[in-house]
Amino acid sequence: MPKNPSTSTSEPSAVAQTGAKESRRGLSRRLLLTSAGAGTAGLAVGALAHAGLAGRSHAATVVDTVEFYGAHQAGITTAAQDRMHTAAFDVTSDDREALISMLRSWTDAIAAMTQGQQVGADDPAAGSYDAPPSDTGEAADLSAANLSVTIGFGRSLFIGNHGKARFGLDGKLPDALIELPHFSGDQIEEGRSDGDIVVQACADDPQVAVHAIRNLSRLGFGTVRVRWSQTGFGRTSKTTRAQQTPRNLFGFKDGTANLLADNKELLDQHVWVGKDSTDQPWMAGGSYMVTRRIRMHVETWDRSALREQENVVGRVKSTGAPLSGGDEFSEPDFAMAGSAGPVIPADSHVAVVHPSQHDGVQMLRRGFNYVDGSDGLGRLDAGLFFIAFVIDARTHYVPLQEAMSSKDAMSEYLRHTSSGLYAILPGISQGQYLGQQLFDS
Amino acid sequence: MKKLLAPAALFSLGALVLSGCTDNNVSAASDGSINVVATDDSCTVSTDNAPGGTLKFNVKNEGSKINEFYLLADDGLRIVGEVENVGPGVSRDLVVLAPEGSYFAACKPGMVGDGIRSAFTVTAAADGQQVSADRATLQKTATDQYTAYVKDQAEQLLRGTKDFAEAFAAGDEKTAKQLYASTRMHWERIEPVAESFGDLDPILDAREADLAEGDQFTGWHRAEKDLWAPEKYTKMTEKQRQEIADGMVENTQKLYDRTLKLSFTPDQLANGAKSLLDEVATGKVTGEEETFSHTDLWDFQANMEGAKIAYQDLKPLLEGTDDKLDAQLEKNFTSLQGQLDQYRDGDGFKYYDELSTKQVQELAAGVDALSEPLSKLTAAVIK
Repeated sequence: MPKNPSTSTSEPSAVAQTGAKESRRGLSRRLLLTSAGAGTAGLAVGALAHAGLAGRSHAATVVDTVEFYGAHQAGITTAAQDRMHTAAFDVTSDDREALISMLRSWTDAIAAMTQGQQVGADDPAAGSYDAPPSDTGEAADLSAANLSVTIGFGRSLFIGNHGKARFGLDGKLPDALIELPHFSGDQIEEGRSDGDIVVQACADDPQVAVHAIRNLSRLGFGTVRVRWSQTGFGRTSKTTRAQQTPRNLFGFKDGTANLLADNKELLDQHVWVGKDSTDQPWMAGGSYMVTRRIRMHVETWDRSALREQENVVGRVKSTGAPLSGGDEFSEPDFAMAGSAGPVIPADSHVAVVHPSQHDGVQMLRRGFNYVDGSDGLGRLDAGLFFIAFVIDARTHYVPLQEAMSSKDAMSEYLRHTSSGLYAILPGISQGQYLGQQLFDS
Repeated sequence: MKKLLAPAALFSLGALVLSGCTDNNVSAASDGSINVVATDDSCTVSTDNAPGGTLKFNVKNEGSKINEFYLLADDGLRIVGEVENVGPGVSRDLVVLAPEGSYFAACKPGMVGDGIRSAFTVTAAADGQQVSADRATLQKTATDQYTAYVKDQAEQLLRGTKDFAEAFAAGDEKTAKQLYASTRMHWERIEPVAESFGDLDPILDAREADLAEGDQFTGWHRAEKDLWAPEKYTKMTEKQRQEIADGMVENTQKLYDRTLKLSFTPDQLANGAKSLLDEVATGKVTGEEETFSHTDLWDFQANMEGAKIAYQDLKPLLEGTDDKLDAQLEKNFTSLQGQLDQYRDGDGFKYYDELSTKQVQELAAGVDALSEPLSKLTAAVIK
């Protein structure tokens, strides 16, 4: 631990600016890890570059790395980053040991990448000139950008096509890892759905997120193949109080009522699987991740009157306040009478999905906008890559989506094109590999 | 009438005068709109007069109750314009086209009672512009015409459904196939009205993908699948066909009975026209509506006709007030019809799966071109 944050922050600001400018080129990735304190990233980098310091970084001293080890995986309550690249993999090998060995190598790679280091050797280009570098290299000059990588297992990892257990995982499939049902209006594309393993990489720099998925895919060749992958931008929810509620592609604030990282009690109640809340002890500390690629008909939405838009959402577009008044954080008053029925229409999004309509059930949403080019008919293939972390999708997702698909006026502007449910592995401590609790159980 | 006016009007005039002396003064906005600040017991309008033409009131609810704002004619009864459901802390605009005359501005906190009223005078239009005094009459004519159209289409739909159901139940596939697309056109012309019956719409018009697990697949698209059966499909038995046919007739009868009781407002016509084009954009031009029969262009034609009828009924409300929008709509309706006419084949159209990608793209662009100005119709006709 050669860094000394207090020294770095005391450097003059001229150095800081030089450092910031240089941060995209010239400096090694490792040096970039060493910024200290919010808003002083450039300063610290400059200082350290100057001092010629190097070495392993420590998460506590840096501003844009996310701790990898812990009771829970990162990327769930972590302050929502701005970019996402999520991929699902199918395991092509039948060999349990090969799978475990890949998970070990993934664990090492994730531990390195989330700390802003490259995959493999300290200097990936220092190997044989006649061998490919161990790291693909596109993130070499970039900081960790708050990269988090979160891994989960799909139902199909446990059970094969004919109902036979895979990888010796007989009896290890959690009851809660169900097959999500077909909801009204679903147009699910199989090739974008499900998968044996999901990997969610989030970062504030898209190149860092893509780099993570790309390098894990590479390490997985021969054991897994990419089933689908999805990039996203512009987080559509917030997970900490300090973050502003962002807007989704409908132009509305999204995630006002989201579960926040600092509410431990609610997280234990709605997100984290506890020892007593699962039939599978290996899941303790894990969660369940629902993914839905939701195409938004943005063109027809954009043509609808503001009145229609606000009645569909149940909130004021400009402020995010519920139509019953107040500000963004005012509780919606579903009983307040309007000229024809409640002022917040009963089929508005907020009325249909509000926790008060679902026995207080809450989700930790962590979705991203996506635009995958256009659809060939002159419209954007755009929407929301919905991600939610819940303690049990049977109680915390299925009933809400059933209500939404059948009652929510917003459904008319939406089309679900993918679906996935994954058991998010518990966090690990140094020396363990991701998934170890399952394979050791 | 008198009872409505007297106490409230007096009270609010008093309030208005008083509020003018306080720091609660409400000034006119720089964009020419008239500011209205409503509380639970006051209604402060930034001015008590404006020149004739398009007036824009910006209504801010600073109270704790839900509020409404009205511009009433000089009889204190006829509503010239209104904005409803203004929640506490929320601002809403009212845009209204008002000729010279005497009016009342009124807030209605809690949406009960006569409201807090004050006199409002519209003076002669500044530039000698004529503002028609009978927009209410024009609006009524428009909605009456459209109501009659909906009833007529519902009646033809019912008649056509009976014929179709008979042929389908009897296993006369040739006749059933012939009647399928042309009968559905009556449904598609008034689709937003039909869909407004949330219980009947899924029974009659749900596509298979629209259903949730456990839902029964019935109605037009159930019959469609049986008539244009996909591979590995097991045909329905005579008894099953009879059940589907009976259900279609029974529920279409209900739909018809209900349309007899319907009446419409101008914004419903305009929004309905827009949503008909949305239907084309999301369901027909993509070929998703008629998965098995591929008769999407019939639906396309019918959706567009329904939208055009609504537009034509509303047209007099655009004349002299938004001629530009009128001209744009006229042109784009004609041009989209021209595009669709290229695919006419006998009494009907080519099947969707006979169109090339390029042809579909052209149609989609035509739909977008019409949809965009059509989305501006509501605001233009309700003022």
